[in-house]
Amino acid sequence: MELNAKIPSGPLEKKWEKHQFDMKLVNPANKRKYKVIVVGSGLAGGAAAATLGQLGYEVNCFCYQDSARRAHSIAAQGGINAAKNYQNDNDSIFRLFYDTIKGGDFRSREANVYRLAEVSSAVIDQCVALGVPFGREYSGYLANRSFGGAQVSRTFYARGQTGQQLLLGAYSALSLQVALGQVKMFPRHEMLELVVTDGRARGIVVRNMVTGEVTSHTADAVVLATGGYGNTYYLSTNAKGCNATAIWRAHRKGALFANPCFTQIHPTCIPVAGEHQSKLTLMSESLRNDGRIWVPKKADDQRNPRDIPEGDRDYYLERKYPSYGNLAPRDISSRAAKQVCDEGRGVGPGGRGVYLDFVEAIGRLGESVIRERYGNLFEMYEQITGENPYKQPMRIYPAMHYVMGGLWVDYNLMSNVEGLYVIGEANFSDHGANRLGASALMQGLADGYFILPCTINDYLARISPANRLKTDDAAFKQAEQDVQQRTTRLLSAKGTRTVDSFHRELGDLMWNNCGMGRNEKGLKEALAKIPPLREEFWRNVRVPGSAGDFNQSLEKAGRVADFMELAELLVYDALQRDESCGAHFREEHQTPDGEAARDDERFSFVSAWEFKGVGQTPVLHKEPLVFESLHPTQRSYK
Amino acid sequence: MKLMLKIWRQEGPGKKGALVAYPMDDVSPDMSFLELLDTLNEQLIGKGEVPVAFDHDCREGICGSCGFMISGEAHGPAKLTTTCQLFMRHFKDGDTIIAEPFRSRAFPIIKDLVVDRSSLDKIVQAGGFISARTGSSPDANAMLIPKNKADRAMDAAACIGCGACVAACPNGSAMLFTAAKISHLGLLPQGQPERHQRALRMVNKMDELGFGACSNHGECEAVCPKGITIDFIARMNRDYMRASTTETMEPVKRV
Repeated sequence: MELNAKIPSGPLEKKWEKHQFDMKLVNPANKRKYKVIVVGSGLAGGAAAATLGQLGYEVNCFCYQDSARRAHSIAAQGGINAAKNYQNDNDSIFRLFYDTIKGGDFRSREANVYRLAEVSSAVIDQCVALGVPFGREYSGYLANRSFGGAQVSRTFYARGQTGQQLLLGAYSALSLQVALGQVKMFPRHEMLELVVTDGRARGIVVRNMVTGEVTSHTADAVVLATGGYGNTYYLSTNAKGCNATAIWRAHRKGALFANPCFTQIHPTCIPVAGEHQSKLTLMSESLRNDGRIWVPKKADDQRNPRDIPEGDRDYYLERKYPSYGNLAPRDISSRAAKQVCDEGRGVGPGGRGVYLDFVEAIGRLGESVIRERYGNLFEMYEQITGENPYKQPMRIYPAMHYVMGGLWVDYNLMSNVEGLYVIGEANFSDHGANRLGASALMQGLADGYFILPCTINDYLARISPANRLKTDDAAFKQAEQDVQQRTTRLLSAKGTRTVDSFHRELGDLMWNNCGMGRNEKGLKEALAKIPPLREEFWRNVRVPGSAGDFNQSLEKAGRVADFMELAELLVYDALQRDESCGAHFREEHQTPDGEAARDDERFSFVSAWEFKGVGQTPVLHKEPLVFESLHPTQRSYK
Repeated sequence: MKLMLKIWRQEGPGKKGALVAYPMDDVSPDMSFLELLDTLNEQLIGKGEVPVAFDHDCREGICGSCGFMISGEAHGPAKLTTTCQLFMRHFKDGDTIIAEPFRSRAFPIIKDLVVDRSSLDKIVQAGGFISARTGSSPDANAMLIPKNKADRAMDAAACIGCGACVAACPNGSAMLFTAAKISHLGLLPQGQPERHQRALRMVNKMDELGFGACSNHGECEAVCPKGITIDFIARMNRDYMRASTTETMEPVKRV
């Protein structure tokens, strides 16, 4: 299979403009004849569905939540990046591009990232036009804060609820299109199959989660905006419902899966409290603007943190990375936290935690300023832990948060399956081996508002809506049957273990063997353990209730079944990528001072995996990464 | 801790429901209420029974999916808290806790603690937007918004659409929800061109969907997990009155 990323020719800064001109267009009067399915209603999906509706396409948008407004983009706290240079601090499109490529440890495509930086500014304009109440200066101008991996202040924010406000903006635009009849929403519907014939995406099969009814939906193009697969790890900062089923079903139908082992562990989350833990909660990276991270210098120091004098504290990020300090990128900060905890210097129950301390900032700025900046985050911390972070330092620990990997897409955001587009976290395109803070919101909205609505015209202009399949076509009937068979199989196992118990076991295995640090032995061990666990799942899972019912156990079972398959690919990719880069840290490959040692000679490519059957070895296709504008260097934040 | 849970079980819409008692041992104070239900459900599945259905997703208090009545209070006894962020340390050993779905004419029950809140989406679809086409906006700093105005808009925009306000209101009114959206957009300069139509459309839609009227009980504000205050309702009423005297409502349509 030849992987063609379809990167336009010409100088980097002219590619997108040139491409926009070169693409074919659909006549405004013809647009209404085309139908597009959008799966997912988060920042990418919601923005795309709204914008495609505005353009005049008939859009059907599906989400598993009870309302489009609840997609997990809503939980993003800190902010959204844009190369506005409102702060006059040397920012530019090129600097955002550079920071993103460097932050991703030179494992992303230059052309995609440059385009992202280029449209970032318009994203902010659009959000303001929709009424997003960004933080402001007293003058009335927009305010900014800093985020990890950057030395400029380019992050726009709405208190600690930026994701919520951006999503409500996209949701309001979507609501208008629903009112106009241009978009039809299908909440509480879960995509369970992609229909592909002649190498082209033709539609999807969904299950109505209230009635259990399985139906087919046909379209001229299908857009997957279904987020990431972080919940493979069971405990993560993702919502409980976040799942990989849509992208995994597409992968099984031929879409290549790129860089699955690039998973981001976020350094600042509330530590695990006990066996009952169902998910982990992030504390925004923006806290690192004012909070200082430390652990005691001595191992097993049981003193109250306020009784530990300055001289006995190790502000290890400031010590190791003096120029970025507490704002070192996520992968680096996470590993540093793991390292000090492995040395026995961790704090809190089980010693898996480090302090994030605001006492110095409160002394310098006063409690009211800190309350203004982070009040809601402090409240959330207190609700969960019962501890007051104004009085004693927060305890934090890294947790699974985001995935850079996803379905492979070309420059047009189309997968290798014709007519199947993948946007937002669900694709692999922009963040390389590590994403910078406040860049997920930027990418989701850039894809949804500005990039996909442009590139999809070029595809639709080449096909005729007259050739759209009908839902009674054999391919749809077959897909519906597949869905029903799978459901029956899950319900009829009638074993002894719950879905959650399998999911926890898989998650533990992934966290221990394929988490912040990875090595050949651990990865091989995981590869040996996953297939029997998957086999036991299908044989011994207990799913109560019926198929024709509101059945949350059945929903979970289907998702966990897919995580069981995806987990194996993820580990396989981690084993194959015998280098360290960004968040993928292979312990065998580190510099003398413990940083990730990349191997550009052997691994400067995107790994795009082809599905060959459950338990079969997937086939690797390589997309070489070519750097024309930047020279890959050893990443340094010292 | 030991607790007695009494949970509303109802197989489906229109079916007869009832409270069923579940004694819970070994409850950790660091558990969230939803984690307690997770634990119960694991036990029920183990015993071959059907687990309790409840809506939930982010479990960090922002998506608005979760929520039910806990001993008569929407989202339970803690102030400014969603059900997912309610931790068991707020309860005492030996307590009896009653969990029921949000009850309102406009929120039909789907199953157990799950209700259909799509009527809230319909209120937003009626007018809760600024009709700004993607791509037509000027530079974000071209429009100045005083910080206090932006902050006030943000106070209203913090609504998570959970529906607790409706469930707590003796009239089943969605005034706080609707007022939050109308105020968020109406406070901002971008929201001015459609301000009157927005108020007319959203308020009329709310009435049409079977939500009750406001009679100033203030229960909505008391249970709101995001601290939305009822002065936004006064603001909405002013906007609606002003709009009623100057404009007639028009349907949402294309230019």
